[in-house]
Amino acid sequence: MYDILIIGAGITGTFLARDLARYDLRIALLDKEDDIACGATMANSAIVHSGHDPKPGTFKARFNVRGNELYEDICRELGVAFKRCSALVVAASPEEEANLDILQRQALDRNVPVRRLNREEALALEPHLADSVTEALELSSTGIITPWEVAIALAEEAVLNQSDLFLSHRVESIETLPPAGDNDCPQKSRFRVTARTPDGQTHTFDARYVIDAAGVYADQIYAMVSPAQADPATRRFSITPRKGEYFVIDHEETPLFQRVIYPVPSEKGKGVLVVPTIHNNLLIGPNSDFIDDKEDVGNTAQALSYVREQVSKTAKDLPFHKVIRNFSGLRPTGDTHDFVIEEAADVPGFILVAAIESPGLSAAPAISEYVIHTLLAPKLSLVPRTDYKRRRPFLSLKDVSPAEYNEKIRENPAFGHIVCRCEQITEGEVLDAIHRPAGARTIKGVKKRCRPGMGRCQGGFCEPLITEILCRELGLTPQELLHMTDDCLQKGGACQ
Amino acid sequence: MKKELTCIICPMGCRLEADCETTENGALAIRSVTGNTCPRGERYARAELSYPERTVTSTVVLQGGRYRRLPVITSAPIPKDRIFDVMEEIRAVSVCAPVKIHDIIIENVCGLGVNIIASRSL
Amino acid sequence: MNTCDLVIIGGGSAGMAAAIGAYKSGIRDILILERDAEPGGILLQCIHNGFGLHTFGEELTGPSYAERFTGQINELGIRCVTGALVLHLRADKTLDYISPQTGYRQVKARAVILAMGCRERPRGAIGIPGTRPAGIWTAGTAQRYLNLDGIMPGRRVFILGSGDIGLIMARRMTLEGAQVLGVAELMPYSNGLQRNIKQCLEDFDIPLFLSHTVTDIRGQERLREIVLSRVDENRRPIPGTERSFAVDTLLLSVGLVPENYLSEEAGIVLHPRTRGPLVDEALQTTVPGIFACGNVLHVHDLVDFVSAEGTQAGESAARYLTDGFADSRSILAAPADRTIGYVLPQTVHPDRLDKPVEFKFRVADAYRNVTLQVLKDGQVYKEIRKRVLLPAEMEKLTLKKDDLLDVKQELAFRIAAGHIDAS
Repeated sequence: MYDILIIGAGITGTFLARDLARYDLRIALLDKEDDIACGATMANSAIVHSGHDPKPGTFKARFNVRGNELYEDICRELGVAFKRCSALVVAASPEEEANLDILQRQALDRNVPVRRLNREEALALEPHLADSVTEALELSSTGIITPWEVAIALAEEAVLNQSDLFLSHRVESIETLPPAGDNDCPQKSRFRVTARTPDGQTHTFDARYVIDAAGVYADQIYAMVSPAQADPATRRFSITPRKGEYFVIDHEETPLFQRVIYPVPSEKGKGVLVVPTIHNNLLIGPNSDFIDDKEDVGNTAQALSYVREQVSKTAKDLPFHKVIRNFSGLRPTGDTHDFVIEEAADVPGFILVAAIESPGLSAAPAISEYVIHTLLAPKLSLVPRTDYKRRRPFLSLKDVSPAEYNEKIRENPAFGHIVCRCEQITEGEVLDAIHRPAGARTIKGVKKRCRPGMGRCQGGFCEPLITEILCRELGLTPQELLHMTDDCLQKGGACQ
Repeated sequence: MKKELTCIICPMGCRLEADCETTENGALAIRSVTGNTCPRGERYARAELSYPERTVTSTVVLQGGRYRRLPVITSAPIPKDRIFDVMEEIRAVSVCAPVKIHDIIIENVCGLGVNIIASRSL
Repeated sequence: MNTCDLVIIGGGSAGMAAAIGAYKSGIRDILILERDAEPGGILLQCIHNGFGLHTFGEELTGPSYAERFTGQINELGIRCVTGALVLHLRADKTLDYISPQTGYRQVKARAVILAMGCRERPRGAIGIPGTRPAGIWTAGTAQRYLNLDGIMPGRRVFILGSGDIGLIMARRMTLEGAQVLGVAELMPYSNGLQRNIKQCLEDFDIPLFLSHTVTDIRGQERLREIVLSRVDENRRPIPGTERSFAVDTLLLSVGLVPENYLSEEAGIVLHPRTRGPLVDEALQTTVPGIFACGNVLHVHDLVDFVSAEGTQAGESAARYLTDGFADSRSILAAPADRTIGYVLPQTVHPDRLDKPVEFKFRVADAYRNVTLQVLKDGQVYKEIRKRVLLPAEMEKLTLKKDDLLDVKQELAFRIAAGHIDAS
């Protein structure tokens, strides 16, 4: 039996798991995917926004500002990168300048550091702004992170502190269990969650509290336990995926932009951005399109050309010939126009953490804080764990001195064997990514933890090497790793 | 009648034109070949139109080597219509390292009088 | 810090030839840094034959061709550190590398030859829409899986791009029992060698779709289907021409890019078209004492030409190390108009020449029955009739010192009196 079962190992689910693991609680974290951070957390703008933008009085505004305050220390504790890179919101017309006034006032009201810049001042900071830019707001508290790294680090720390992680577990049903004789037995499970694994087996988990952090599926998960939610006429909320598509530009010694560049926001959100990443790539995107299919993360030619066209209004000289990848992600957009963070009115003990679209990444630490200290604390006894363990940061030799490098190579020659030439990742780092808590079990899992395949060849040279290492270390087969279907495997010859 | 061919003997890929006629017994007689830049081009055109042959390269399973496969090649071209028969024999073979370049891996493959040989040392 | 007369980055066909060329010109203190477990480069996975006709007068497979060179390297006792990746290269010719055997090392070279080869353009570089499932590889990655690791990457295959690696893989996958449903080419002509169209596609009845591209990719975990569309003369997909193919594998053969991140770090100026270093007739880059050859300089279609260029770079580096290059005026060599894609070398020192200059160029489009014109300072100097010129095939033209001495500023190349051939 678990005290708390969290559905969804994205950024909110992993923040909750790790923050709850500080207390003496039994925690389970389930996800339908084969790794942590496979949904919106894997595909977003990777920004910790300042909190200037959401409408006043919303959870979005409150948790974004608080999240921005919390992030830097949390990243330091976790040993993952956070960079307060600052941002500019740029205007190109008198109407847009008027919008800057509103944003500036909102920022001031929220104690978000803000400064108004004229064109010259803005260009002094970012010389490649579009010619049409007339004014800008500087938001110096804006930061960037690598979102999946943060989520994986959080999950690792949760696992190190006795939480159970169940990947490839797709929740199929949630039952509410009948109350015990005396209806005030707090130790009694209220929920039985059934999940299916890819081998067709079902597994049941009993839990006192369930947290629904299931991203685009949060509405459907809730409907499993709530007749009111299951009925479109009476449901609390619904979630429609809103797709955003991006370009990734190869990393350079100094990226063309040092700060996040926002256009003036519109109805459709923050607009098409230019974002430097922790690893000195540039992201360009996203567009914003409501779609029906919760699994459709395909790119479309129309969206990509829209992104290119839009970004030209804020930035120029972007090196599109250095694009190494496109991706798209789905924002879990609720019909409530705000995050849904509450105990379900009709299902006691069922906690909704839903509709976490932008600025969800920025807000995640504050959401977790609110859920634990406001929603759960009155119900659960939160006894801090005395033996709380810190995770060991991902091993990276990227910036170590030659002497340290040699130290590692003496320890294990695998640290002298570079498997990813674009990102200069050694076999030793790949082995660490595989053998750490909640370690990588897939090619993508290795890529998310230590970056081989993120570079300009996109895995062309390193993928066969990573495949071989994973097979050797975990006893997997290339067929599993490359997702070969039975159909691909028919007619085997000498080639496996 | 003119027949156009692309010479595959070397990467030059000369565009050849063969002037041919069908003889009374139905066979193809080649009167002349043009467009070739070396004599092998003419030989190729004549062979290709009457008895096409190909060199086949593939790999066989290798035990105990740096890689899991050893590259191999036919020691001489084989009839084009026997390529898949030859592949089947190649697929059935497994060898152990060390192997020297030109070592015979399959003798007289498919009875064609041609060997399958290693195309590198491993 | 260790010192070395000549460090060669890359032990593939260019690097090995460069080492041998330098050795035969009297240089003994040579170090080849090769990132793989053995020298040979991409040749080791190119198990098909067709290599070496110019160099050895016979047709060899890639591994056999490599073995000829590794044999010479060993005989001459040239040092080669394998498993060594160069992390940094600076304009002062110091470089950092690591390997499991040597650890992290820094070395100061008197001369450097860049021979890092090239990489394949990935899907992201051409922006194919659709999902991102497993089953999509560059042709070279699939070739490695199949020929070195013995892993058959899929059973129902489509290939985008008619470059040679794509054509070779169409045949290779077919021989291993896969069904190759087609090869699509964006341009109205193939980018591969004619012989490969014949012996890799036509021999196996694999259709070639010219003026087509992949416009959608479907499948979640693994590729399930691709959509092919015809493109117009501006290479834009034509709506209504879509047709889908149920495949589990899509191989991309959509171009090669010289691998120049180290060159960029050293401040070497790159050519926007070749995406390799700008070089003079000695294959010296814009940083004195750093030379470039092979696919890092410009993408070749024949390994024999790579080896020849390597030899030349090795000899030039030797000359730089023993005699140095005297200061001398230089002229430019360039396309006269857009009929020519690029010309190499981009600069020539006419007064310094001790042998003829072999200019290499590629045409920008397919031409039939045309005239290649060479212009000296804008005046037509030479005209050569050409029956067929294809972008896929590198052309060469040799000019003697006497041809070049009276050029004041620029030698230019163009194609005249021809028509674009779309057949």
